[in-house]
Amino acid sequence: MTKQLWKGNEALAEAALRAGAEAYFGYPITPQTELLEYMSRRMPELHLVFLQAESEIGAINMVYGAACAGVRVLSSSSSPGISLMQEGLSYIAASEVPAVLVDIMRGGPGLGNIQPSQGDYFQMVKSSGHGDYHAIVLAPSSLQEAVDLMQITFELAFKYRHIVALIGDGSLGQMMEPLEMPPFKIWPAERPAWALTGAKNRPPNRISSLYLGAERLEALNLRLQQKLNLIRQDEVRYETMMIGDADYLIVAFGTVGRIAKSAVRQARAAGIRVGLFRPITLWPYPEQQLAALSKTVKGILVVEMNAGQMLEDVQRITHERVPIHFVGRMGGTIPLPDDILPALRTLIETVEHPQASPSAVPA
Amino acid sequence: MTIDTIPTQTTSAPPTLDGMQLVYQAPEALAETQTHYCPGCTHGIIHRLIAEVIDELGVRERIIGVMPVGCAVFAYDYFNFDGTEAAHGRAPAMATGIKRTMPDKVVFTYQGDGDIASIGGNEILAACARGEKLTVIFVNNAVFGMTGGQMAPTTPAGMVTTSSPYGRNVELQGSPIHLTEMLAMMPGVAYAARRSLHSVAEIRRTKKAIRLAFDAQIKGLGLGIVEVLSTCPTNWRIDPSEAMDFIRDIMMPEYPLGEFKIHEELKKH
Ligand SMILES: Cc1ncc(C[n+]2csc(CCOP(=O)(O)OP(=O)(O)O)c2C)c(N)n1
Ligand code: SF4
Repeated sequence: MTKQLWKGNEALAEAALRAGAEAYFGYPITPQTELLEYMSRRMPELHLVFLQAESEIGAINMVYGAACAGVRVLSSSSSPGISLMQEGLSYIAASEVPAVLVDIMRGGPGLGNIQPSQGDYFQMVKSSGHGDYHAIVLAPSSLQEAVDLMQITFELAFKYRHIVALIGDGSLGQMMEPLEMPPFKIWPAERPAWALTGAKNRPPNRISSLYLGAERLEALNLRLQQKLNLIRQDEVRYETMMIGDADYLIVAFGTVGRIAKSAVRQARAAGIRVGLFRPITLWPYPEQQLAALSKTVKGILVVEMNAGQMLEDVQRITHERVPIHFVGRMGGTIPLPDDILPALRTLIETVEHPQASPSAVPA
Repeated sequence: MTIDTIPTQTTSAPPTLDGMQLVYQAPEALAETQTHYCPGCTHGIIHRLIAEVIDELGVRERIIGVMPVGCAVFAYDYFNFDGTEAAHGRAPAMATGIKRTMPDKVVFTYQGDGDIASIGGNEILAACARGEKLTVIFVNNAVFGMTGGQMAPTTPAGMVTTSSPYGRNVELQGSPIHLTEMLAMMPGVAYAARRSLHSVAEIRRTKKAIRLAFDAQIKGLGLGIVEVLSTCPTNWRIDPSEAMDFIRDIMMPEYPLGEFKIHEELKKH
């Protein structure tokens, strides 16, 4: 198959359709809107369900309804819209129905701006709603990877009856890249046995997130935790680059992970033995792999497009065994190799001349 | 009044033992279970009417019921068909997701006045604006029942509730909302009525309205909504028979009964 030039949001939309999406509910918000617009054109052509909702609250609850029907459904939004969806996401997680969500992140807090950001790491990875659960969170670093990861979203969502979120900063949605679009996936026609499809020749199905009685709700939670543990075991994804002989490690996700690759190459050219660790699943985080690497390097540099949200996980997972420095840009600015390389040199300085160097984590 | 005293028209009266005829039985769409509603609460009557209508329409196997957050949060347990439970006020959005992806199903929401007229105002408005093919049963008991009787947007002026202890003051707390009349103005709404349960005659009219609200959906005409004036003796702090009088004497002057919208197609029979 040949490569075609695609715009990020449109590529994600088409990729979701190839993956088997049957319904889409969303609300316009920059920098994600082209995804919704593309669906509004393309889904009627394919006789699929597209509806622009009255709000993100409406959209996520439509997703919830369609998910209860056992339909492959998705929504997409950007940071402030995701904030509004949190109630619905929590209900979806508790009801154990499958749903796919794309978050093309923009600068915050508040209305912020429409520039790229990774400021939703906390919101998506740590707490996409009230209660004890994590959504599965995929963080592609290129459009090809985004399109490829999209192909597994519904499979994961249905396998675990859970939320699968694909997140990227605004630049991922807006960039244009050549990529190969996968073929349409074939799904079985029948709905899952648990779905609300009408109680014909079977007892009624009920889907609810209400569990009155402490023991009953605890039992649900224990089951959810078991499920999350299975996901932790089986669904971790990550990429490494030049870690074999690395003295130093850069940890970055999404498009920042890709920028960090250039930084690694430039540093290597300057004789610095540095490697890259790029988590692809932000939840479940590749904890064991990062913990193991932290035992073989002398220092870690975390690079993000936020104030250090994943940084907290890296600190926790590595027990800060080695010095951890951080470079973050916010408000729509993107950390470039010119930000990363000096920070890497400062880290090396700190490790090799601990006395001489100033304080640890620079802002 | 309990649900057992409401006559049903559902039976095809099959002959039974000793030459007697079966003239009364529980609707198939109603599950056999004990009620958790308070004595004198009319939620149960509404459940029964919905079940009778569903039986009469023969659509039990196609029904998906979307229950609210409120005293009826467990309502799916009282029914013998597929059901789910939405977040507070979001039932019309959830029902939209179900109906749009399964247009051959018959989908209804069951919502209290706090659920539909307060927190869920936008969701019901948007569903009506889109003319979703849904049926909405709106239970107006003038208060937030489940949380202990706080003021709702539907609380009549002057009424004392746990969050309007000096009586609802329209200067401070606004006037009671007449949601059904507002929704009836929208082209997407095919049927809109307000009914009451304070007498047997009214209960029969309520059932007829529920039937039309389902007809509106099944015929693809648009959204059908029935607001039902319902009792909450517990939070009104009166006994069940006084609660019936309260509907007649306090609620009905504020909320006149009637059909505010009947699609031409529905008038045909
Ligand atoms: C988001 C959210 N806010 C508040 C509540 C608390 N709450 C539960 S039921 C309810 C009011 C229900 O009143 P109504 O819709 O009138 O139904 P009723 O109980 O009277 O039948 C409220 C405020 C909630 N569950 N969720
Ligand atoms: S609190 Fe009111 S609405 Fe709720 S069950 Fe009791 S009487 Fe009915």
